[in-house]
Amino acid sequence: MRPFDYVRATAPDDAALVSGQIIAGGTNLLDLMKIQVMAPETLVDITRIDGLSDITTEGDGLRIGALVTNTALAQDARVRAGWPLLSRAILAGASAQIRNKATTGGNLLQRTRCPYFYDTSQPCNKRRPGDGCAAKGGEGRMLALFGTSEHCLAAHPSDMAVALTALRAEVEIRTPHGDLRRIPVQQLYHAPSDRPDRDTVLEAGDLITAVILPAPLVGSRQGYRKVRDRASYAFALVSVAGSIQMEGDMISRAHLAYGSVAPHPWTDGAVAKMLEGQKASDALFARVADALVPDRAPHPDTEYKRRLLRRTFIATLRQLTGLADTSGTDIARTQS
Amino acid sequence: MKTTLTVNGTQHEVGHDPRRTLLDTLRDDLGLTGTKKGCDHGQCGACTVLLNGERVNSCLCLTAMHDGDEITTIEGIGAPERLSALQRAFVERDGFQCGYCTPGQIMSATAMLKEIAEGSPSYVSDDLDAPKLSDGEMAERMSGNLCRCSAYPLIREAIAMAAEVKE
Ligand SMILES: Cc1cc2nc3c(=O)[nH]c(=O)nc-3n(C[C@H](O)[C@H](O)[C@H](O)COP(=O)(O)OP(=O)(O)OC[C@H]3O[C@@H](n4cnc5c(N)ncnc54)[C@H](O)[C@@H]3O)c2cc1C
Ligand code: SF4
Ligand code: FES
Ligand code: FES
Repeated sequence: MRPFDYVRATAPDDAALVSGQIIAGGTNLLDLMKIQVMAPETLVDITRIDGLSDITTEGDGLRIGALVTNTALAQDARVRAGWPLLSRAILAGASAQIRNKATTGGNLLQRTRCPYFYDTSQPCNKRRPGDGCAAKGGEGRMLALFGTSEHCLAAHPSDMAVALTALRAEVEIRTPHGDLRRIPVQQLYHAPSDRPDRDTVLEAGDLITAVILPAPLVGSRQGYRKVRDRASYAFALVSVAGSIQMEGDMISRAHLAYGSVAPHPWTDGAVAKMLEGQKASDALFARVADALVPDRAPHPDTEYKRRLLRRTFIATLRQLTGLADTSGTDIARTQS
Repeated sequence: MKTTLTVNGTQHEVGHDPRRTLLDTLRDDLGLTGTKKGCDHGQCGACTVLLNGERVNSCLCLTAMHDGDEITTIEGIGAPERLSALQRAFVERDGFQCGYCTPGQIMSATAMLKEIAEGSPSYVSDDLDAPKLSDGEMAERMSGNLCRCSAYPLIREAIAMAAEVKE
């Protein structure tokens, strides 16, 4: 690690937040600092700021403080009952040790797992814009299918962010002037364009203070299906998060999001339109999958993700609509 | 800078560079070499300790961030003359080959049995509200601890044995 000054912020308006790099759980940032992919001069520890570690009810939803750990969020009794998709997605990620430290804010802001981003001997526009992209013509199994630019093909690795997107959650951001604003989780992320180093819309000094979870779809079935190289402790190759409301055998609402296929949790409004108001059937799901999956992958190594996304999408919808048996692992029904 | 830690019940004040990880503090400053460094990147679990009772990877903790915290290492779990139930079970069931991952496995399993007892769910729990100890649950919950010698089946047998002793 490069030398840095360590300061402890004591309040959300601490001046140090503007000039330093925030550290929360540290599980992503320290990893990157050890290999000098990130080398902040000042590290601002926010873990002692009061009031960011609680989950409280807000209307029919929840307000999740930015410092709530992934473990605490996944095991919260209200989340397990009303938003089981969120519990499942968090528990599908990392290990118990990491989830005990990882925070809600840090999880959203974790950086890509493109191997060249980690390898400082290779050019990477996300590390230094203008240097080039070693993934082009290199290894690309983990790269994205959607939303890439010619400058960066990387995917966002968070499982939790995919669930939050399907659940229509918002991120609360505090600016250095003390203003609070809320944006949908998906809008936290930038399209890579020619500045893939800027993952998010956050400006210097912006602090994520909370994630706001609205009431779940009444009576919805929710599921998170994650496909990976080994059964546990691996990043997703493709994941599908869904919350589906049915009236009889007709789909009335379909809230879906797709993980590890884009620089941010991916959604496709046309898919929901094609599903809503229709009777659940294999023919319908095959047709919608055709519309969802792109004709070409941006990298030859991610061609396989086209078929994988298609199959994972269909399998998840079959379970969420009752066409297929549900394993407890993937699908849960919310109460009332 | 200076940080005060309570390690295995004893309070220590350590002087250190801000870059120091908890893992290096434990091993190099406090001489507690039971905690191992495998990957130094959160990928193997060899460095697992309990931080205020919860398992974490000490290689991904900055010592500076843990002023006033309580840490338990393998040395605090038991000693040769008074082994914990898990330590005894690992010996009895041969839950290791080279032994390098073993302190991390035992620290992790110590926390894992407590988590199940408290009703904390895992990704493979059929019912998020009522997880039960099973071989599949153990495999999932211990997936943050790699064993290069692949002693996994015997590690799980040892944990199951210790869990029975406790019940
Ligand atoms: C071996 C390994 C396996 C993993 N597997 C998975 C997986 O399968 N799925 C998955 O989703 N994740 C996985 N992860 C990633 C893990 O979930 C993240 O490292 C973790 O969620 C990051 O949270 P943190 O609090 O530790 O963030 P930190 O490392 O503290 O911070 C990350 C970034 O967020 C910024 N930040 C943190 N909090 C705030 C805030 N409140 N406001 C503004 N900025 C903030 C920091 O400045 C930093 O840039 C894995 C990690 C490891 C090491
Ligand atoms: S895909 Fe993005 S992260 Fe990967 S090497 Fe190219 S620019 Fe870097
Ligand atoms: S040494 Fe900490 S996880 Fe490998
Ligand atoms: S016993 Fe050798 S690494 Fe596990």
